[in-house]
Amino acid sequence: MGSAGAPLIELKGVTKVYGMGLSEMHALRGIDLTIESGDFVAVMGPSGSGKSTCMNILGCLDTPTAGSYKFAGLEVRGLERDQLARLRRNYIGFVFQGFNLLSRTSALENVELPLLYRGVSSAERKEAAMKALNLVGLTGWEKHNPNELSGGQQQRVAIARAIVTHPSVLFADEPTGNLDSARSIEIMELLTQLNKENGITVVMVTHEPDMAEYAKRSVHFRDGLVVS
Amino acid sequence: MRIMLFNTILLALREIRRNVLRSFLTVLGIVIGVAAVITLVTVGNGTTEQVTQQIASMGNNMLILTTGKRMGGPDRSTAPAFSVEDSAAIKREVHSIAAVTPTASSSVTVVNGNENWQTTVTGTDNEFFPIRNRSITSGRMFEESEISGGRSVCIIGETVRKELFGAQDPLGLSIRMNNFSCKVIGLLDVKGQSSMGSDQDDTVVMPLKTVQRRLTGSKDVNMIQISVKDGESTSDAISDIESVMRERRHLSFNEDNNFNVMDMKEITQMLTSTTKVLTALLGAVAAVSLLVGGIGIMNIMLVSVTERTREIGIRLAIGAMEREVLLQFLVEAVVLSSLGGIIGIIIAVIASLGISTAINVPYVFDGGVVLLSFMFSVAVGIIFGYFPALKAARLDPIDALRHE
Repeated sequence: MGSAGAPLIELKGVTKVYGMGLSEMHALRGIDLTIESGDFVAVMGPSGSGKSTCMNILGCLDTPTAGSYKFAGLEVRGLERDQLARLRRNYIGFVFQGFNLLSRTSALENVELPLLYRGVSSAERKEAAMKALNLVGLTGWEKHNPNELSGGQQQRVAIARAIVTHPSVLFADEPTGNLDSARSIEIMELLTQLNKENGITVVMVTHEPDMAEYAKRSVHFRDGLVVS
Repeated sequence: MRIMLFNTILLALREIRRNVLRSFLTVLGIVIGVAAVITLVTVGNGTTEQVTQQIASMGNNMLILTTGKRMGGPDRSTAPAFSVEDSAAIKREVHSIAAVTPTASSSVTVVNGNENWQTTVTGTDNEFFPIRNRSITSGRMFEESEISGGRSVCIIGETVRKELFGAQDPLGLSIRMNNFSCKVIGLLDVKGQSSMGSDQDDTVVMPLKTVQRRLTGSKDVNMIQISVKDGESTSDAISDIESVMRERRHLSFNEDNNFNVMDMKEITQMLTSTTKVLTALLGAVAAVSLLVGGIGIMNIMLVSVTERTREIGIRLAIGAMEREVLLQFLVEAVVLSSLGGIIGIIIAVIASLGISTAINVPYVFDGGVVLLSFMFSVAVGIIFGYFPALKAARLDPIDALRHE
């Protein structure tokens, strides 16, 4: 898709305005950001700085008010809901702070979920999901439900779910926010490994400088602008 | 897409199993609605069938000629009675009829020893038996000499036999009525209650002449009973009979009939149409509960959508399209409501079998109603599941993910 040689992510003058008239809220005031394939970027900034809004736009969960967002050369602004969904389904993986696994659903079934929406057959789904779980070091835990797993293990399931489709980019929103430091390090090492060995582009929001250390570079947000 | 649908159904079943009690309570309305509709319609159909069977057992293609304009009409008493000659004339002139018999009836107390019993005595001839679809189970019919001579012989029904003779064999014995005694020569077959509620076995049949001479004291014939030949038009027979009778009763063209030909088929239709209307009405009332059941499903589906907002958010973020989320919730509602329908059908079959046996009507399985109720319950799922499903599908993934 898109034109060859284009950067994976290219934001130009992206703004996002919530509300109208007097209650207008400028979450993003003109962002320029380019992320190449294979990069590992930490997005940092205080709350209200616009980093979450930016992540939502990058993750194709939301669209810019103005400016241009090109994902692998494809203009995202102006796409329909279902077109965005198709983009997320095929090229994007998400990891959330709160894990966001389906409760009362086994680890294996959680990981199979994105493949279900891709229409992959049952046998192939299972094989791919087992492989992804193996990659995050959860072989033997596939039958367990999220409530039977530790926080670190749940986040690994979430990562397996995000990478099972071999996405172009993995967006992680404070992936270590709910974990103790030992678990946090494990998760960061896993993300680094996926970035290095599997070539998955990772964009991670964090407010912990320790965690940002693992990234190849950091982007800092303040008041709706990229400051460095 | 086929994989998707199959998975969605599996998913829906899993969701239902996860909340067995709630799912059951949700579909209870549908279960009751479907069960009520099918049970009422089945029992109603059984009643209709029973009426039809009973009337058919009284004799097929049967016409009854009575005096007066209509059943119980006002000038019945002033209209002249029939005579044996009328009956003979009909037999002679109307070719589409199989048999004719003139009858005269009287209510009489019959006595045997210390036992006495109030019953109806009908004077007639041997044609009576085939017309009324009755047979002699033991003994014999009348002999020609008994009919022409007006002998005191009688054929009695089961109720009369039981009341007067108990365990005794009545054949050859005599019963007393008014001031004469009468020899029992035969027993009628057992018919039971008619659909109008009268006991068809509470009867005594005698030669017409005997009844006229000894009981009514006149040569009047109250009723002429006729059976139409198989394959002949009943309405043609009726108009032929009417024209014969008008001529014999010297009615001018502007006078109304002072007699009436009743068609048993017409009476059957009249009675069955009443039960059919009643069945339809009860069915419609029960169908309202299906609607109420649908509202129950909508209610729970709305709660479910709110409860599972985060799950919907995850699905949307992962790349589920609007219609896929819609389908998931719609399938869940439809699976729920059709499960309710199936449970309702099972209950209805058991209940209507039970009720039919209890009130002694035939069990008539109506596949149409079962299918219709099932389709209705599926439709209820679609209609009442659509709005909650749409609500789920339209959620904003960002808001949904943030939902606690």
